[in-house]
Amino acid sequence: MTMNILLAGFGGQGILFAGKQLAKTAMYSDMQVSWLPSYGPEMRGGAANCSVIISDEEIGSPLVVTPDLLIAMNIPSYDKFEPCVVDGGMVIYDSTLIPTPALREGVSHYAIPASGIAEENGLNGMANVIILGYLLKITKLFEYDKFLDFMVQSIPATKAALIEKNKKALELGYNYEG
Amino acid sequence: MSKKVLMKGNEAIAEAAIKSGCLHFFGYPITPQTEISEYMAKRMPKVGGLCLQAESEISAINMIMGAAAAGSRCLTSSSSPGISLKSEGISYIVACDLPCVIVNVQRGGPGLGGIQPSQQDYYQATKANGHGDEHVIVLAPASVQEMAQLTSEAFDLADIYRMPAMILADGALGQMMEPVDFELATKREVPEKTWAANGTGGKRKKNIINSLYMNPQDLEDSVIARYKRYDEVSEKEVKYEEYKCDDADIVIVSYGITSRICKTAITAARAKGIKVGLFRPITLWPYPKKPLNKLADSAKQFLVVELNMGQMVDDVKVATDCKRPVSFFGRTGGVIPTPAEVLAEIEKIAGGLN
Amino acid sequence: MVVFDKPKSLSPVPFHYCPGCTHGIVHRLVAEALDELNICDKAVGIAPVGCAVFAYNYFECDMIEAAHGRAPAVATGVKRTHPDNIVFTYQGDGDLAAIGTAETVHVGARGENITIIFINNAIYGMTGGQMAPTTLPGQVTTTSPYGRDRRIQGSPIHVCEMLSTLDGVAYAERVAVNTVPNIKNAKKAIVKAFQNQIDKKGLSIVEVLSTCPTNWGMTPEAALEWIKTDMIPFYPLGVYKDTDVKTLNPTSTKEEN
Repeated sequence: MTMNILLAGFGGQGILFAGKQLAKTAMYSDMQVSWLPSYGPEMRGGAANCSVIISDEEIGSPLVVTPDLLIAMNIPSYDKFEPCVVDGGMVIYDSTLIPTPALREGVSHYAIPASGIAEENGLNGMANVIILGYLLKITKLFEYDKFLDFMVQSIPATKAALIEKNKKALELGYNYEG
Repeated sequence: MSKKVLMKGNEAIAEAAIKSGCLHFFGYPITPQTEISEYMAKRMPKVGGLCLQAESEISAINMIMGAAAAGSRCLTSSSSPGISLKSEGISYIVACDLPCVIVNVQRGGPGLGGIQPSQQDYYQATKANGHGDEHVIVLAPASVQEMAQLTSEAFDLADIYRMPAMILADGALGQMMEPVDFELATKREVPEKTWAANGTGGKRKKNIINSLYMNPQDLEDSVIARYKRYDEVSEKEVKYEEYKCDDADIVIVSYGITSRICKTAITAARAKGIKVGLFRPITLWPYPKKPLNKLADSAKQFLVVELNMGQMVDDVKVATDCKRPVSFFGRTGGVIPTPAEVLAEIEKIAGGLN
Repeated sequence: MVVFDKPKSLSPVPFHYCPGCTHGIVHRLVAEALDELNICDKAVGIAPVGCAVFAYNYFECDMIEAAHGRAPAVATGVKRTHPDNIVFTYQGDGDLAAIGTAETVHVGARGENITIIFINNAIYGMTGGQMAPTTLPGQVTTTSPYGRDRRIQGSPIHVCEMLSTLDGVAYAERVAVNTVPNIKNAKKAIVKAFQNQIDKKGLSIVEVLSTCPTNWGMTPEAALEWIKTDMIPFYPLGVYKDTDVKTLNPTSTKEEN
């Protein structure tokens, strides 16, 4: 099994963090994993994306060109990468920010108004975690509790106040009924 | 819980260096390797070491020269344009027979170039790091695990052979995260640094660290002696990986991040019935000539794949005595080829062979 | 009774310097300082590129030969590795104030606890008399054959004045070795520059106005006189900085003649 995941959006949306959580959980689940970010000026507000490959075999190219799963968090990223998704692949997108996407045939689309949910619940900036919760439900890639454990562990002690918010965001995404 | 940690390649180099007893880091910020400096700045004070940001790459490499001359295990890192600035110092360090580790996380060039991954410094690293007859050991990791492991080995090799060792990586390897297990690093016996300039203590004659010879004969003797050591390195320290080469008609020769793109392409090609394998040099200097030459007896064609305009092609031709055709595919300037592009190249060659 | 002997810190080999060159005097002063402070066995000297390139042959302590201008960076590497070593550089004006300006300024900015002996003879000696960053206005050299013209070649750098603006510089003094009293004063400055390092005060630099009879095209006597008549008026002697007395300006010109 090899899962090629591409996460894409604006810098500041937590794209790289979300990818890192997937990679970490995969590593602790004894799978092969690679995480490759776009880097440079992107991290200061432009487009940001990262490739995450999870596999039970040695990983070759760490760059995801044709994703099995695309997480899109803004329109430019959606428009750029949705056509690259493999036939039979999946797209999860933030429908608050991408209200009228073109839906390619042969690809499963899952919409979640993650930014809207975040705002309604006082979780600004946590649409990425809400999407991760939704992803766990749809893909069943990892057990929910396991993922939550590793995510909490990766929040530094100085930011302990964020733990409850992250928990809540993950839960909201997981329980979202599309 | 496994002992593995998820880390960026740049961070893995820094941590591996610390775990190898490196206590002095001198550097200057440049994308895409700055995480090494940042990691060192955080960690060094906690292990009793020093991370010092120099005023330039030139100063950084000369601080390395001083620290190495004083007997320290020391590290500097940069990316392509910064390595050019270091070339003066590298030549002096080589000429003074000092051990140190230099990291080049390559980016696109020439000039200011770009910040995306490249392998355009192959010639510079393997043939001309600086002026004069000189070599440094060049190790090309292809994973974050190897970034760590080869860094540890680089320190030992540098100390054993009294010469700089370079980690030749690229922006992708520096920036990507993969699991890494630091306990896999090997340790070797290294000689005592009786030559170091750290004060006579009144117990020995003075040590002189010098690269100036006014008599050409003395200079020639010193170069020849150094080349004898290079021969020993070439004999004993060559590293490479062969992947599905046993029955391969086509052997791809590729190193670093590019070799992984090739592996993905090889899997796809094999699914189509094309017998293709990968020869991956891990030491770019010394170059693994003998095993590659042996492969030329069974393979029908070689394909060099790099992130440059074909800088390794000549080395492959020389290593194989031109027994088989050597073709090239590469992207440059920071563009990374897709496995599909490499596959198309493989299919083109396979079509010609049939 | 021995009234004059070779300092222990000087190696028993003849200097290669030209007749009348004052490098030999300064070497001796440095060696006397190493002897008097009993620090030769923990000293590491850094030789420059320039006439003093062979300094590694002349001192009995461990020596490193650096690339042109890089001695302060090399010294930083040594000192940071072994803070208890006594580390000094011995550099000329081209080395310190042209190609190595960045290294010099930043070793001062960092307050590296090292000692710099800076030979200012207003010319490039080893390469045969070219213009230095310290060449005087109007001074003829092989690369300023019509005299240094400030409009074309810029103005000389006053190294002690420049470095004394940096917080990390503990001590900067300009001395000369053209007369016996000045040589005695130079000795005091050099000893102090090493004592400061022992006392961990930060960067100490002693700028020594020196002769280059060969490339100045003068007899040794005329060269000594030229220091007095031309160099000292342009490069006033004195202490430019001493963190003990908190001064940023020359406090005395002491004995000049």
